[in-house]
Amino acid sequence: MSLARFVARRIVVLVPTLFFVSVLIFSLQQLLPGDAALALAGEERDETAVAAIRARYHLDRPVVVQYAIWMGKVLRGDLGESLRSRLPVSELLASKLPVTLELAFASMLIALAIGIPAGVLSAARRGTVADLAANLVALSGLSVPHFWLGIMLILLFAVRLGWLPASGYVAPWENLGRNLTTILLPSIVLGTGVAGVMMRHTRGAMLQTLSADYVRTARAKSVPERLVILKHALRNALIPVITLGAIEFGRLLSGAVLTEQIFAIPGFGKLLVDGVFNRDYAVVQGVVLVSAGLYVLLNLLADVLYFVANPRLRG
Amino acid sequence: MRWPRPLTLVLALSLLLAVSPAGAQSVLRIGLNDDPDALDPTISRAYVGRLVFAGLCDKLFDVTPDLKIVPQLATGYEWAPDQRSVVLKLRSGVKFHDGEPLNAEAVKFNIEHHINTPGSFRKTEIGQIASVDVLNETTVRLNLSEPLVPLLAALTDRSGMMVSPKAARALGDKLGQKPVCAGPFRFVERVAQGKIVLEKFSDYWDKANIHIDRVEFVPITDSTARLASLRSGDLHMIERASPTDLPEIRGDSKLKVTGVPELGYQMIPLNVANGPRSKTLADARVRQAIDLAIDRETLVKTVFNNEYIPGNQWVSPSNYYYNAKLPVRPRDVARARQLLKEAGQPSLTFTLIVPPERDRQEAAQIIQAMLAEAGITMHLQTQENVTMLTNGRKGDFEAYFTFWSGRPDPDGNVFTQSTCKGAQNDSHYCNADLDALLTRARQVASPAERKKLYDAATEILVRDTPRLILWHRRVFTGTSARVQGFTPYPDGIIRFKGLKLN
Repeated sequence: MSLARFVARRIVVLVPTLFFVSVLIFSLQQLLPGDAALALAGEERDETAVAAIRARYHLDRPVVVQYAIWMGKVLRGDLGESLRSRLPVSELLASKLPVTLELAFASMLIALAIGIPAGVLSAARRGTVADLAANLVALSGLSVPHFWLGIMLILLFAVRLGWLPASGYVAPWENLGRNLTTILLPSIVLGTGVAGVMMRHTRGAMLQTLSADYVRTARAKSVPERLVILKHALRNALIPVITLGAIEFGRLLSGAVLTEQIFAIPGFGKLLVDGVFNRDYAVVQGVVLVSAGLYVLLNLLADVLYFVANPRLRG
Repeated sequence: MRWPRPLTLVLALSLLLAVSPAGAQSVLRIGLNDDPDALDPTISRAYVGRLVFAGLCDKLFDVTPDLKIVPQLATGYEWAPDQRSVVLKLRSGVKFHDGEPLNAEAVKFNIEHHINTPGSFRKTEIGQIASVDVLNETTVRLNLSEPLVPLLAALTDRSGMMVSPKAARALGDKLGQKPVCAGPFRFVERVAQGKIVLEKFSDYWDKANIHIDRVEFVPITDSTARLASLRSGDLHMIERASPTDLPEIRGDSKLKVTGVPELGYQMIPLNVANGPRSKTLADARVRQAIDLAIDRETLVKTVFNNEYIPGNQWVSPSNYYYNAKLPVRPRDVARARQLLKEAGQPSLTFTLIVPPERDRQEAAQIIQAMLAEAGITMHLQTQENVTMLTNGRKGDFEAYFTFWSGRPDPDGNVFTQSTCKGAQNDSHYCNADLDALLTRARQVASPAERKKLYDAATEILVRDTPRLILWHRRVFTGTSARVQGFTPYPDGIIRFKGLKLN
């Protein structure tokens, strides 16, 4: 099968997937208890005012009609407007996407920088103190709750030492230095979490390849151990790690809810949470649809990479 | 060693100056609890937006810390003898941020805009204005459909905010994305959930009193993170600081905290007559018994470390309109039991709906224990806020735990909550005498006269207890020691006049 056909087939699958996601999110929102118009009205309880809100956002129409109105607009590229801030949802998403992308990218960098070397080390030195230490670090990265680690880092680096800002976000084109300092702590929080997963997978894959015949052959030919590990074993072990990396990256893109809340980073996660609490349906639908799309695309990318990296698949 | 050449020195210095970010500018950063909704005074409804408006949009009037109405864009007012119209005198020479003049025509436009815009949240506040007459360039007359003294208080808030008519016409319902008002600061940019940036308006009518060049509002929902940002110096002020933050703020020499009693109250509406679920608490004696079984002093001491104020009326005990003859009653379990017996419900059981929020959850548990000692079983049911309010409206509740944010005029804290047809009256409590008193209090201008009417109304409300009013919070504002000239207001809104950043 050629790569082009493979990609084309996967893209065709994308359409029903997104359709299914849109139906699912729409129906799930209808199950949310509480009246959106009332949520929007706040302390204003006057009947006519609430009714006006309901009419403006078609909340008085049957669910199927609401879905049809929304889908019709989406197909024309209009994601509607936020019920709360009245800003166009597409504009909101466009302003959040670079933030989320940067955060995901920086976190991934940290995850890779820690996860892969730690995985290689612990596999190569299996059963030693180094292995134990790497496992300990990976497990703590996985099991420490993000909000706790976030608060601790803020208290240490921002409040006690005063080296880094506690929260907020500055766009890179405004001030690159400040941008990097604001993104550092949240990336560490997210990155260490992913690093744990990466480390565990790298270790497992390395252990498998290290016991493969060709590695034994290489060692028998007295290839230096460093080369055996880094060249012969790691290359093959990285194939499943690539896939995992792409999926983890997709997960990061769908918004790191707690981390964004704590560091006041205006990304997808914060948009989503605020949207749910304010019953801002248009925003929730927009975020979910776009993140689902990104996730599916990254999965596709992972498959392509896998396809490219693994000659056996090309048959 | 050779000295650097003068030219090199000059070049190096100028480079340094060019690179250093405008050091002389004072930028005040304020941490908000939420991201505000639309920044259009007509359709804004979230409280948090008012903090931003305080910098952006001046109002016809303002209130003092002790709730007296004072001039802002209007310099004075005069009621007609029948309270059916009021003449406002406007400040002359005031300009909007786009250079347009703020005159009588602009005021007429704004009032009509507030009332006629579909989806306006101001209509219920000033909908009684039937028409606006422009008398001359700086004088308007508001004609009312009924006498309504609390109207002026509405003009101290968003209903009194004036936007540039030119901008409003051009931007339509997009005005909130680029508001053009007549306040001390103009709108620069908004990054949704990120920040709102304002900068000093050079043509502001009172610019001599504005000492801040730029204001940035940063919404941070998590209170621990917000406090950490204040402590690290990223923020200079945080609004509505949590009582749990206080020890940390007070323990930090670089920070200060101020607290003033809020205008609103925390309360439990009881279902008196709203649908089938009103059976349990329909009898006033039963409601009285619940009230008597609660020890408010202990409640405030244990849950809020005594930072809040026990209350039993719709204004706090320090307010002019508080009925001092009816103070918070001491707990009386024996009397509570007796009342229940008289009402034929000696083993009363009901459910209180509580939103998943620390303050109210903890208070509800303490109340539950207090009621148990009077033989009352109160079940607690957690419901997310919007769900609870929806059920409150529908009558699907026996009791629920909510609050009223408060208004400067007493009418705003009692009328729609307690009159038979009041939009906030989820209890569906209805008393014709009370309606008459509260309606009359809207029509008399003299505070002493109004107080008599409100005292009588409070007597009825304390006797019938359609709602348990439990405590008043204090609005705490945390500030960096660098912030000077800050005066706390009971509405929690930060005024920029006189505020300095050292």
